[in-house]
Amino acid sequence: MSTPYLVRDRIDSFPTDNIAGYGVRAGRVQPLGATLVPGGVNFAVFAGPASAVSIVLFKIGQSTPMVELPIPQDYRIGRVWAMTVFGLPYDDIEYGFRVSGPKHPTINDRYDPDVILSDPYSKILMGQQEWGRPPDDAGIYRYRSRLAFDDFDWEGDSPLRIPPDDLVIYEAHVRGFTKRPTSGVANPGTYAGLIEKIPYLQELGVNCVELLPIFEFDEFGNSRRNDDTGELLLNYWGYNTVGFFAPKAGYAATGRFGMQCDEVKHLVKAMHAAGIEVLLDVVFNHTAEGNENGPAISFRGLDNNTYYMMTQEGYYFNFSGTGNTFNSNNPVVRDFIVSCLRYWASEYHIDGFRFDLAAIMDRDEHGVPLPNPPLIEALAYDPVLRDCKLIAEAWDAGGLYQVGSFPNYHRWSEWNGKYRDTLRRFLKGDEAVVGELATRIAGSPDLYKHRGARASINFLTCHDGFTLMDLFSYNDKHNLANGENNNDGANDNNSWNCGAEGPTDDPEINELRLRQMKNAFLLLLTSRGIPMVLSGDEVARSQSGNNNGYCQDNELSWFDWSQVDSNTDLIQFVRNVIAFRRAHPVLRGMHHPSSMDPLDCDHPEVSWHGVRAWQPDWSPGSRLLGVMWCGHHLDQFASPDYVYVAANAHWDQHELQLPVLDDGWVWHLFADTSQGPVGAVAPGSETLVRNPHSYPIGPRSVVAMVGRNTRTN
Amino acid sequence: MNINIYAIGQVPVVALSGALDGPAAIEVRDKINELLPLHESVVIDLSGTTCVSSASLRTMLLIYRQAQALGRTVAVVGLTPEVHNVLDATGFLDFFVVAGSVDDGAVAASARAEEGLNREHALSGS
Repeated sequence: MSTPYLVRDRIDSFPTDNIAGYGVRAGRVQPLGATLVPGGVNFAVFAGPASAVSIVLFKIGQSTPMVELPIPQDYRIGRVWAMTVFGLPYDDIEYGFRVSGPKHPTINDRYDPDVILSDPYSKILMGQQEWGRPPDDAGIYRYRSRLAFDDFDWEGDSPLRIPPDDLVIYEAHVRGFTKRPTSGVANPGTYAGLIEKIPYLQELGVNCVELLPIFEFDEFGNSRRNDDTGELLLNYWGYNTVGFFAPKAGYAATGRFGMQCDEVKHLVKAMHAAGIEVLLDVVFNHTAEGNENGPAISFRGLDNNTYYMMTQEGYYFNFSGTGNTFNSNNPVVRDFIVSCLRYWASEYHIDGFRFDLAAIMDRDEHGVPLPNPPLIEALAYDPVLRDCKLIAEAWDAGGLYQVGSFPNYHRWSEWNGKYRDTLRRFLKGDEAVVGELATRIAGSPDLYKHRGARASINFLTCHDGFTLMDLFSYNDKHNLANGENNNDGANDNNSWNCGAEGPTDDPEINELRLRQMKNAFLLLLTSRGIPMVLSGDEVARSQSGNNNGYCQDNELSWFDWSQVDSNTDLIQFVRNVIAFRRAHPVLRGMHHPSSMDPLDCDHPEVSWHGVRAWQPDWSPGSRLLGVMWCGHHLDQFASPDYVYVAANAHWDQHELQLPVLDDGWVWHLFADTSQGPVGAVAPGSETLVRNPHSYPIGPRSVVAMVGRNTRTN
Repeated sequence: MNINIYAIGQVPVVALSGALDGPAAIEVRDKINELLPLHESVVIDLSGTTCVSSASLRTMLLIYRQAQALGRTVAVVGLTPEVHNVLDATGFLDFFVVAGSVDDGAVAASARAEEGLNREHALSGS
């Protein structure tokens, strides 16, 4: 073998045996996966009760193996097979495993020595490095593991550790964010493309981006043609993981070169330099291997019984709705998940994770919910993940709904679906919502009493469901483009089309829709808890009423950058409101506000109002609520910070009686969504409210004011 | 891979022609490692390369790190648009002095090296 790859400076840098012309020795069982060691590559794989394991090596891009190296039986420790192979051209190989099952397999074993398996710990997976390029179904090894190099120059970067209360989260899709030609980026639909749009995010004012799945997945998984249109429908969202340790190569401008790891790290580094955290949407509830009809990619062929929840009859539990359920609380699987997240936190400087269908991670191997799930606890207390945000989508497809009851160990936050539903119902004018609206604005103390408002991720829209524009443009979903006869997607959207279904020329309807979007943003960003905004909502992005765009890899989903120019008023409104939130800490307090006044300053931290000050109307017919915040309780030595927000979901105008402030303090108007063109000023330039005692709030409008001291300001 | 080394003034130019794959990149790295201790700056001319692999791109970054450790400057010329794009997308480009021609590269590398020396002197008070 060529000498350039050999470094002989340790006793264990030398082989003890020879297999197929390669020097080998018993390997190290930790870490699992393929690791560069002096003189060679260490391979370690957990393979359950397998009877034999081989390492299959390919030269990069070759269709047939260059060699297969069976791992000697005495190199196995427990159920981990480990071998160091010397003299490999480590930067020119792809590897996999061939695993034979035990002599007496159980009903849940799925061993198949005809299949070459990917390494579940693989840091790079190739085979899908060009998005949308049809895979070679005739090939013998599809998702090819490669070694990655951890020599990225971070130039001093470290996780930002932004306090959770200060976050404004922006949920975005890597490909969709810049794929359109209107993005004007050099590499559309890629991590590199996203880097070019960082100035836009900075100007918007968000300080956290949550990316839809970037773990390697196969966009051709479950792909099909729309029978009516003939369009190829790919898995666009990516909730179908093939490789948990590997970034999606098809999202990289450098994917063809296998440099996606560097490109992602460069993205994170650039985001951090701009003061923006990066969260990843992670999918540990299921894998791309599907059910009994699905392929064996890695886990199935290594130890199906360990990695999946299986029934006694040998079928796959399907709490994810996708075919299988990852057996998260099994100790081996738990270790895998913890290792995976530690890897992303340490190697990629990721700031946190949002866990898709996280309620599945509470279940045991039989699917029974656990009161003290080891995995959730382990993640909460893990020392490497200590500064990471942990966010749960606290439900699953098996009926387990845990919003407010997700085992949290005082660390986890939750996507607050009740906030979403309450705000939507209020804005469309439903009866009997005002009471719950107050609870949501206050950070949902009914759900998170002992955890603080930071447990609540507040949102009205996300990738699931309508965009904000569509929430006010459609009563019903329109998902025919998905090819499922409009049977897919949620039916309970709490949406209202403002008088016409879909696009309209009616100026009054369009003005109302715009106002409703502003209402939504203003309420969201003045609520206690952590706000999350869906990418594109700030420019009124529409999906034509499709509320389940998982397979729409086209202009229906992609951000249209020309809308930035055609929605300048809305985007300026959103910028101003985000800045307003930043300017007023009282809106961001980590705890739930109290209606008590321990400082005896005549204003509690939060007080509720109706048309008349200090008299909230909680009756079913009420559609108006005012809230006044007093920041004195956050910092009694600073000047009081009075913020008043009133929301009128009624179709009539009302004359608000404004709460009286201390002597010398008067209200100044920050925002009135019924006043165009923008509807909100830059914080700090609020204008005096002429009548200090009352203000007319328009129909279906939200206003916000701040108190200023006329003697000092 | 052919490696041709010549000088422009005091600056050595390492001109590459052929495929820059993994083994070739190792050879290039070793050649440059011989030059770095002896010269303040080095120019790598890639205009004759026919293809570039990820391994070779990493080797270029390794050259940069070794140069940095020795307080030397490396300039790169002859980047194809594709290679330029890859280096830019991964952040590697920030670490190199990139020039449009060998002459410009020699000048730029020398200037950067002198800048570095002046900074060093300022910090050390000499």
